[in-house]
Amino acid sequence: MSRVLARPAARRPRVREAPSPAAVRWLSVAAGLAAWELYGRALSTPIFTYPTAVARAFVHTVATGELWFFLRSSLVVLALGLALAVAVGIPAGILMARRPLVEHAADPYVNALYATPLVAVIPLIVLWLGFETKAKVVLVFLFCVFPILINTYQGVKSTDARLVEVARSFCSREGALWRDVILPSATPFIIAGVRLAIGRGLIGMVVSEFYTTITGLGYMIVQYANTFKTDRLFVPIVVLMAMGVGLTSALRVLERRVAPWMYTGREE
Amino acid sequence: MTEDPLPAVRVPPPPPAVGARPAVAVEGVTKRFGDVVTALDGCSLAVYPHEILCVIGPSGCGKTTLLRIIDGLIRPDAGRVLVDGTEVSGPRPEVAMVFQHFGLLPWKTVYDNVAYGLRVQGRPEREVAAVVPRFIELVGLSGFERTYPYQLSGGMQQRVGLARALAVNPTVLLMDEPFGSLDAQTRELMQEELLRLWRQQPKTMVFVTHSIDEAIILGDRVALMSRRPGRVLEVLAVDIPRPRDPEQVRRSARYLELRQHIWHRLKAEVGGMSR
Repeated sequence: MSRVLARPAARRPRVREAPSPAAVRWLSVAAGLAAWELYGRALSTPIFTYPTAVARAFVHTVATGELWFFLRSSLVVLALGLALAVAVGIPAGILMARRPLVEHAADPYVNALYATPLVAVIPLIVLWLGFETKAKVVLVFLFCVFPILINTYQGVKSTDARLVEVARSFCSREGALWRDVILPSATPFIIAGVRLAIGRGLIGMVVSEFYTTITGLGYMIVQYANTFKTDRLFVPIVVLMAMGVGLTSALRVLERRVAPWMYTGREE
Repeated sequence: MTEDPLPAVRVPPPPPAVGARPAVAVEGVTKRFGDVVTALDGCSLAVYPHEILCVIGPSGCGKTTLLRIIDGLIRPDAGRVLVDGTEVSGPRPEVAMVFQHFGLLPWKTVYDNVAYGLRVQGRPEREVAAVVPRFIELVGLSGFERTYPYQLSGGMQQRVGLARALAVNPTVLLMDEPFGSLDAQTRELMQEELLRLWRQQPKTMVFVTHSIDEAIILGDRVALMSRRPGRVLEVLAVDIPRPRDPEQVRRSARYLELRQHIWHRLKAEVGGMSR
């Protein structure tokens, strides 16, 4: 009898010592980098590279100011395009959700443009607007505006009808109803839309830089690819990755900050 | 059909303030939704100043629709509602509603939720600052001013809902199954709490409920509604003196008598519906 009981007790410590998810993540990254390092060094060909070489190239491009020069022009394009998309997308989304006429009139355009791979219109935009910042900002705007618009629309539409009735019951005017009920209720949706827009905006930014003037991280990538400087080619890629991860997780934090009631009881 | 088992309790309608003008008069109200559903059909009801009138009836009999019509949120297809002698044509500040779903704004603190009605009605911030803490204290939530609704239990959330409705100083309070989503113990505590509040602020109340017990404990009169399309079948005077102690009320002969009578009438209605 005691032996039967002893067995599960002896096993339990092993279960408890299961590695934490964070530890597994870090170990996985470390193992991946190590494998890449070993394989890259063994291969020793100019079209492949390895992490320490990339790190060296990173330090070099930072030291010469080259990275900041290209990054700055990319950031300007991204920030302007995104700001424009927010400024247009949120009011347009609200208008579409509240005015059926606007909704039905705009719906086909929004759906068609959102479904179109916007990469296809880049040559057209370049043809119309040239190779300068203006064309790139417009492209980033086009990439960003639809997720913001559609999410805002959804957010306004999904406002709890019961709360709207509460507002009416207390004799709220339409303007106050917007301020007190509709906008706060749509805010988490809007922020989620901006988060999606950032991901798409980064794509728009890089691809438009492939096609346009000789600035930006996109140009840096093309240039080093053409000259087989693989280690330096990885620098803008890593920077883009960091930007994507950083901006999206910052917005996730913001999402939780502005709408804590949406996450109670659903914590990980 | 089922015979009325206790005809003795049938009391002719207007007892409490006979002769007074009703605070709320529902006159022949009919409401249809689409072509199929008739929620209310010629529903009439009078609520007198400072009384609690409980409305009870089978599910889906149009009780909530009736409250929404009294509040002016929806218009009846026929008939009219008078509040203080004037016809209701839309929401008005002297009528406030407490909702079954609480209806608190999740992005506002307890303080701002209680202040909501006052602010939306354009009362000066000085008045808000004077009134809100008083009502937060009245419902026993002092110290929770800066808490958000999602951090409170159901009972506490409905206290906020009550304070919000009382804060605008309405003459009529509409209670739409306010304790219907609370657990049994919390529900009984809230009933006692409401009786205490009513003693301090004897508002005219229309209290919709599913619970026979609740209707007798709280009401001066109980209006029994038919199954859909809803009409008022009968109005019973509860006739149990106030102040009431719910536990004593539940042991009284009058309580049992009323309870049995209401239950038989409701059973007949529900039985007719499922047929």
